[in-house]
Amino acid sequence: MNTDIIPFIRKESLHILRDKRTLLIVLLQPAVMLLLFGFAISTEVNDVRVAAVAPHRTAGVTEAVNRVAHNPNFTFYGYIQQNEIDDVLRRGDVTAVVVFADDYDRAVMQAAQGYAVNPPIQIVVDASNTNIAGTASVYLQNILLGTASAQSLFETRLLYNPQMKSAYNFVPGIMGVIFMLVCAMMTSVSIVREKEVGTMEVLLVSPVRPTKIILAKMIPYFVISCVTLAIILLISRFVLDIPMSGGIGGIVFVSLIYLALALALGLLISTFARTQIAAWMVSAVVMLMPMIMLSGMLFPIENLPLVLQPLTCAVPARWYISAMRKMMIEGLPVGAAMTELAVLCFMLLAVLGFALKKFNDKLE
Amino acid sequence: MKETAISIRELTKRFGDFTAVDRISFDVYKGEIFGFLGANGAGKTTAMRMLCGLSFPTSGSGTVAGFDVMREGEMIKRHIGYMSQRFSLYDDLTVMENIRLFAGIYNLTPYRTRRRAVELLSRLNFLGERHTLVGALPLGWKQKLAFSIATLHSPEIVFLDEPTGGVDPITRRQFWELIYEEANRGTTVFVTTHYMDEAEYCARVSIMVDGEVRALDTPAALKRQFATDSMDGVFRTIARGAKRAE
Amino acid sequence: MRTLLVLIQKEFLQIRRNAFLPRLIVAFPIMIMLVMPWITAMDVRHVGVAVVDNDHSGVSRRIISHIGATDWFTLHGMAADYETALRQLERGQVDVIVEIPEHFERDMVRAEPKPISISANSVNATKGSLGMQYVLQTVAKTLKELQAERGLVAGASELTVVQNRYNPSLNYRHYMIPALMIMLMVLICGFLPTLNIVGEKETGTIEQINVTPLSKLTFSLGKLVPYWLIGLFMLTVAMLIARAVYGLWPVGAPGVIYLAAMLFILVMSGLGVTVANMSDTMQQAMFVMFFFVMIFMLMSGLMTPIESMPRWAQTITLFLPPRYFIEVMRAVYLKGTAFTELWRCFAALGLFALLFNLLSVVTYKKQA
Repeated sequence: MNTDIIPFIRKESLHILRDKRTLLIVLLQPAVMLLLFGFAISTEVNDVRVAAVAPHRTAGVTEAVNRVAHNPNFTFYGYIQQNEIDDVLRRGDVTAVVVFADDYDRAVMQAAQGYAVNPPIQIVVDASNTNIAGTASVYLQNILLGTASAQSLFETRLLYNPQMKSAYNFVPGIMGVIFMLVCAMMTSVSIVREKEVGTMEVLLVSPVRPTKIILAKMIPYFVISCVTLAIILLISRFVLDIPMSGGIGGIVFVSLIYLALALALGLLISTFARTQIAAWMVSAVVMLMPMIMLSGMLFPIENLPLVLQPLTCAVPARWYISAMRKMMIEGLPVGAAMTELAVLCFMLLAVLGFALKKFNDKLE
Repeated sequence: MKETAISIRELTKRFGDFTAVDRISFDVYKGEIFGFLGANGAGKTTAMRMLCGLSFPTSGSGTVAGFDVMREGEMIKRHIGYMSQRFSLYDDLTVMENIRLFAGIYNLTPYRTRRRAVELLSRLNFLGERHTLVGALPLGWKQKLAFSIATLHSPEIVFLDEPTGGVDPITRRQFWELIYEEANRGTTVFVTTHYMDEAEYCARVSIMVDGEVRALDTPAALKRQFATDSMDGVFRTIARGAKRAE
Repeated sequence: MRTLLVLIQKEFLQIRRNAFLPRLIVAFPIMIMLVMPWITAMDVRHVGVAVVDNDHSGVSRRIISHIGATDWFTLHGMAADYETALRQLERGQVDVIVEIPEHFERDMVRAEPKPISISANSVNATKGSLGMQYVLQTVAKTLKELQAERGLVAGASELTVVQNRYNPSLNYRHYMIPALMIMLMVLICGFLPTLNIVGEKETGTIEQINVTPLSKLTFSLGKLVPYWLIGLFMLTVAMLIARAVYGLWPVGAPGVIYLAAMLFILVMSGLGVTVANMSDTMQQAMFVMFFFVMIFMLMSGLMTPIESMPRWAQTITLFLPPRYFIEVMRAVYLKGTAFTELWRCFAALGLFALLFNLLSVVTYKKQA
């Protein structure tokens, strides 16, 4: 590297180090978010509150209710009256109500002997959240009927995530979004601010080539991002217990490519935005939405309507998240994420090239 | 005994260990143009911000327009106008919209707002530009407009913080004509400046160095005292020992 | 009062002059309401299933055809062996593998067959567990039918019926749409006031205001009211789009929704103004706001259910204002819950609104 770039890097680093509050926020925020979301975000169904309506609390009814109450996925709310069903559901006190028929015990016995009966159990579910409703009613049916006999015909296995910890699933997603936003935001805003204040012109009249000035602006932010990456990986490994059996080298390598891409995007934004406010709006509001929605972080891409699926290909986070899932969670080597890596590299070159070209065009 | 518009005693402002303004005391009389001079970093702007109720004094006492600078900052604000060093009208509003905004803030009646607007704009020859965005005006025009808006509500005292920074000599000349007109109407004008020729236009000037007021008199008396024929010479003699710069 | 009107008029003039904001205010709700509901369709459909059939019997063919006929599943054809299927799963082509053991049909008659194994990729926990449950149910039903036909078990009479209330068509979009409206308000009513005030700080115009006798309360109201009106405007646009495009209109009283929205926007802009008052630079203000917005969006039950969180996280959600608004929105939109039944949420929102706006007035320093 040429030495004339060093003063610029030093100047930029000083800017960053002087503003302790911002630096603290930038470094701590990803860690706090990762911890909060890693532990807290989950789509698994548990703690579902259930009430029961039973005109006669016979032995059969009590036994069935006990099975529900003792199941870790459910919390038993208590017995209620028939006319209270709508109230407890509408107020959101419970998610499901199990209604036992008067002749529950007799009906179960008759059904076992092969007679046709009216269903003696009615499950009334608050279906506003269809996922919870669906899972809860399937679970409830299995528990209430004690379908143990049927179970022996099956053997079920959950692969890769046997404890069903959603943290596994969300960590790559959160990484993808945090890096993109923090890096893109920081670079775009710091460049636009220099434009606003007018110091950019001072730098540009110096004999150093503009490309180098830009590079010098990006290097300190790249360093900060690397610190953030290290923090996140340490938390993932030692606090969230994510195995990362695919090899740390590959994970870091792909992440660095992604960080560089995020910085390049920030640079691109800064060539369009004239004011800091515009840069913020673009990077915080306009980018945030597709980032969360179209990256597969929360919403599986194959669930999207067919029209939107090709769109997700343009979202860098989608490729990064997919690569991180493979390497951090499924424990595959970097070879399994070649497509993702290739796409990210291509995006990096394209965005960087375009941004530098725009930047140079502006100068002439 | 002349009536005072501003009267302060031992006014001090400290930021941590740093004493920006160190026990300054002076009186400004009603209707005079008072020049507040000092090198960069001497504490002029800080002192002025205390007088305007933008900043709490650390210690000392004083009144501005008859109100206590320690306790009655909001009352002071009703009776003064202020034009800051940084141009601070709204660039994305038109001339008329800016006038209407500040007239609204000072609670001028719609009738009075219209009358004052016409009065100010015709004095500036601005009537044709009243629907122009302020951001599109040249700097000199902006400064004159900012001054007019600072005096929109006919304040007793108007504070001008380096009002002519960065404008050409002709505009500066016109600007001072505006200041004179305003003073002739009985308004007290408190102005900071870097230009020593402007100091000559003031009835009295004070010179601040390192947070203290080192001299205060009419320009003629100061020149006599320091045995020099220009304010420039006075200033250089006094400011020579300054420890603080920028 | 007249002063307040002048200030509000000024804000609107500035918004109108801005090249970006008017477009954002109109286009953002439309885009979110038209596109997002299709994306957030988190109901599990298109579960990719691969079947490894080692039995090649009538029973196995029947199981396969049943899986193929259910619209939850996309049958990805047959895999030669488990290893092949596993590789498909690793590449993300399938989510669930069903392996039917050799001689399953023969052994089933003797009632002691080797079990059918069902393996699900649970990297995505919802899809993994729900997909497996669905496959399990489908295959169990098929087997029960078969057993009944062959007289192995007595008549298969259903013992349970499920009644889905409030969203009988089981449309997940109807659950998400009210929440999306909230996302809209969090983003716009949180970020815009913050940017506005920090912007005035950076250009220095706020100093010109500070030196006027304008009261802190009037100043704060002058900043809050415009965003309050904009927020309500966007809510209205979003509700009309929801009605026109998705046929979704509150079962309960729209007035209850508006009341909650009025409080909620005050909460968001109060928070935004407070953050702006306490920050020196735009960068600080925006990072802090961004932090709050991320937490609001991801932890207040907007996208993932609060019940699924661990207890300590559920306790944190009690301090997140959007949580209460989301509860009100969904309850009124889907279940028609009345105001009196939701008073706790309103009390919480009212408290937050009061708190943040007091803070916004207190942290605004006219004199330092």
